[in-house]
Amino acid sequence: MLEIPCPWCGLRNENEFICGGEAQRKRPADPDRETDEAWADYLYNNANPKGVVTEWWWHVSGCTLWFKIDRNTLTHEITPIEELPE
Amino acid sequence: MTRLANGGVVNRQRRLNFRFNGQEYQGLEGDTLASALVANDVKVVGRSFKYHRPRGLLTCGPEEPNALVQLLSDGDQPNLRATEIRLTEGLEAKSVNCWPSARFDLGAVNDWLSPIIPAGFYYKTFMARPWDFYSRFIRKAAGLGRLPTERDRGRYERVFHHTDLLVVGAGPAGLRAAQVAAISGADVMLVDMQMSPGGHLLFHSREIEGKAGAEWIAEVTAELKGRRNVTCLQNTTATGYYDHNMVLAVEHEPEAAWLRERLWHIRAKKVVIATGAVERPLVFPGNDRPGVMLTDAVARYVSRFAAVPGQRAVVYTNNSTAYEHLELMLSVGISVEQVVDLRATLGEAERELVQRNSIEVVTNGRIIGVEGRSAVRDVRVAGESGIRSVSCDLVCHSGGWNPLIHLYSHAGGKSVFDQESATFIPGEPVQAVHCVGAANGTFSVAGGLGEAAGIAGSLVEELTGKQLGSYSSRPEVAEIPYGINVIWPEKTLKGKAFVDFQNDVTTADIALAVRENFQSIEHVKRYTTAGMAVDQGKVGNPNVIGLVTKELGEQQGSVGTTTFRPPFMPVSFGVIGGSEQGQLIIPARTTPITRWNIAQGAAMDEAGANFRRPFYFPRAGESMDDAVAREARAARNACGIYDGTPLGTFELQGPDTAELLNRLYTNRFDNLLIGRGRFGLMLREDGRFLDDGVTFRVGPHHYLMSCGTGAAGVVYAHIDRLLQTEWTDLKVYLVNVSAGLATMCVCGPYARDVLGGVETDIDFDESFRFMDFREGRFAGVSVRIARVSYTGELSFEINVARRHALMIWTTLMNAGQNYGITPIGSETSGVLRIEKGFVSPGHEGDNITNPFDAGMAWIVDMEKPDFIGKRSLRRDLDLGGERQHVVGLLPDKHRALVADGSALLPDPGGSGRSGFQGHVTAACFSPTLERTIALALLKDGHHRHGEKVLISGLEQSCLATVTAPVFFDPQGQRMRG
Ligand SMILES: [Zn+2]
Repeated sequence: MLEIPCPWCGLRNENEFICGGEAQRKRPADPDRETDEAWADYLYNNANPKGVVTEWWWHVSGCTLWFKIDRNTLTHEITPIEELPE
Repeated sequence: MTRLANGGVVNRQRRLNFRFNGQEYQGLEGDTLASALVANDVKVVGRSFKYHRPRGLLTCGPEEPNALVQLLSDGDQPNLRATEIRLTEGLEAKSVNCWPSARFDLGAVNDWLSPIIPAGFYYKTFMARPWDFYSRFIRKAAGLGRLPTERDRGRYERVFHHTDLLVVGAGPAGLRAAQVAAISGADVMLVDMQMSPGGHLLFHSREIEGKAGAEWIAEVTAELKGRRNVTCLQNTTATGYYDHNMVLAVEHEPEAAWLRERLWHIRAKKVVIATGAVERPLVFPGNDRPGVMLTDAVARYVSRFAAVPGQRAVVYTNNSTAYEHLELMLSVGISVEQVVDLRATLGEAERELVQRNSIEVVTNGRIIGVEGRSAVRDVRVAGESGIRSVSCDLVCHSGGWNPLIHLYSHAGGKSVFDQESATFIPGEPVQAVHCVGAANGTFSVAGGLGEAAGIAGSLVEELTGKQLGSYSSRPEVAEIPYGINVIWPEKTLKGKAFVDFQNDVTTADIALAVRENFQSIEHVKRYTTAGMAVDQGKVGNPNVIGLVTKELGEQQGSVGTTTFRPPFMPVSFGVIGGSEQGQLIIPARTTPITRWNIAQGAAMDEAGANFRRPFYFPRAGESMDDAVAREARAARNACGIYDGTPLGTFELQGPDTAELLNRLYTNRFDNLLIGRGRFGLMLREDGRFLDDGVTFRVGPHHYLMSCGTGAAGVVYAHIDRLLQTEWTDLKVYLVNVSAGLATMCVCGPYARDVLGGVETDIDFDESFRFMDFREGRFAGVSVRIARVSYTGELSFEINVARRHALMIWTTLMNAGQNYGITPIGSETSGVLRIEKGFVSPGHEGDNITNPFDAGMAWIVDMEKPDFIGKRSLRRDLDLGGERQHVVGLLPDKHRALVADGSALLPDPGGSGRSGFQGHVTAACFSPTLERTIALALLKDGHHRHGEKVLISGLEQSCLATVTAPVFFDPQGQRMRG
């Protein structure tokens, strides 16, 4: 079980969290202007890298904060990248 | 008698009666089942899996492959190892794999048939017919143990623990690591799977630093117990090493008498693995005969349990460790008839020892056969001077050592083959794991102690910054230097030589697999099933790998090893569940009305979000259909009352709330008037249904959203995520208030009269319009009442703080008495929905249906700049093509039984269409229309009203007319009026 560093709560067990997937996926500002291909890419495709990926995590059974971490998909090494929002 | 008069840790004053395979025996307190059997001279303890050959004890520890038993006296537990069962008064066990008995087993015919059941037999043979055909015959003969039929009476718990350093294994290396680390003040946890600490020192008398082994253990243990920063657990097996240094350990029979097992989740900053090694068997014909035992096991039975497994022993070895035990054997009266050593020469210490004790050694020797089916009679020894038979009742063998690197391997580490010790040892560690002692391939005690101290010292230095130095020296230990030379048996030998005892894999099977071109060790393993039994090849795997390598003609170590996966030892389901058993696995959520409902005799049913709610309220003599019909008629003709507490309710406040709702819903909410509600549809970004519900505007920047029971969690997550990750500029607070509120729905033509009969400052007259909501006092408490309808009737929903809910409910029941107020269950509510054709996400709104398919274009505002799902809906529209639409179906037979999910086929008498046309999404008998009705998804359904389709049923099919998906009050006059 991974230990996820929540910026608010500190290191907590993975089962308190929900992984929100890759953080490079950003909702287009104006979806109407997106081509079908670009929209499908946003909806369905992941980069799924072998190595470091920036991910959203949600501390759903804790403080309910959404935050990003860098996780190495090979080693599970995790680097916090967010300070607590003011 | 094979019990010694002195020695061991058994209590000779306390005799324990037990039964094994139906026979009465006596053992002593301190025995395991295995040692008690040895003391009673029981040679056959089980049958092998495939050939049903009689088997005796091979080992003395948890790696035991042969003595698998069903424990009958403690909850009927299958496949336990006799070596691990602590003997108790009245214990009863029997061997698995035997029918009718261990000594006479009918399945043993497989042994004589073995030439026709080689490796891969099952794969090769059972291709001709479906597996089901064969399994009937095979399952009777195979199968390990028997599943218990009774509920497990044992109690379990799980605990979490954090520590700086976890040491696994309390042998000399583990004890030393814990001792050194503890000095620094760091938190240290030491777990060990045996009943008492000491590891192999418990069995082998060695002097450490001039002290007897037992004395050394006692000293170190006392020192550890005296420190507050040290936690020691015995009888505790570390079963798996998981990500981020999480180790799971099962504590058996903890001190709390009511507890059977405790599961520890241990998160450690650093982990030292000092799990030791298990002895490896030698491979020779007949090496599975009862009475053929590992030398280490013999020493353990003798020194720990004072149980002697034989009187005349032949010792067979390829390494030096067997010599360590010779004097122990002689001292308890075992006559060592001969030592057969595969090596050409002995080490100096070994030679000196055998000379001192006048023991005959055959160097360059082989055992080429073992006689005696249920107990060893003699062995045939081939040496430089020819072949000779040696009479004996015990064969002790040692093929070297297998470091227990399982945990290291779970952590992600790869093993490497060490040529000198001819075994797999840990390579580069992954995660913060460090192996020491025999687990690291360091087979000398002195070396292991030095290594443990050095590693523990540097780890705590890293953790605490404190310098420790004094312990890292290599202490004095009297021992024979380890030396091994692996020599494999000639292929020409007759008789089965086993490499995996539990799964009956022989040298011939391995050779066959390689001949059939299996080259990867992982493939050979699966083809032959070597290492795949309950013991997971703890003793046998290295022999399998070694033989495959040899057959392939490769250099030893070059084919790699199979991967160890958790658990290290089988883990009971009970301890995984912990205290979460029965109803506590997923505790049902209740509402303030639940007890009242149950007292009324409601049939309860699973609802979404772990709620259990009334399904229907049967009266005496009523069937379910009767009850549902009565409840539905009450709602349509008089008054129904429904507990809607499980619905989700969210408060949204902030200046951008209207904007947020506009983006979440397909329709607009910025133009909603204060005091009014509006039905909203929420989609996912792919344009498919997420949820629907009514949202009210309480103030300019204050809205109240309601959503379905099952969807409440998902909707909350959806909105919260958008607010925190995508629309961080929107100023909105979202609070889930569902748990604090109770919701009750009063519906039907008399709803207004019922509510008007309660003391209140709210007017329920005509001015209280559909989709209005009002706040005020009702029966003396504050409420919010909304006029919304999920039934199609005039209907009011009352929101009240939970603590008042039951009072309001009973007040309403009293007030409604003269109006025929009737509690209705979820089944009735479903019937009322289908009659009205209200589309339900999850039924009609599946992962394909969009709102246009559902006939809900009226609620989708494609002119809005953006909303979640809009872009995907536009693609649906651009793409066009034939889609499935929501329709109603009226079966020709008025009382047709139609199952949800029934396929729709073309009317055989017309239409010209062919193939699958859609499916029924919801069907019921409508008490209002007195006929069966259904909602369905049908190809191009909007354009097929009036056509006939065939509803295909399992037992009978029936024709039905396609209609608009609304069967009752199509204009909605009843709920709006
Ligand atoms: Zn948190």
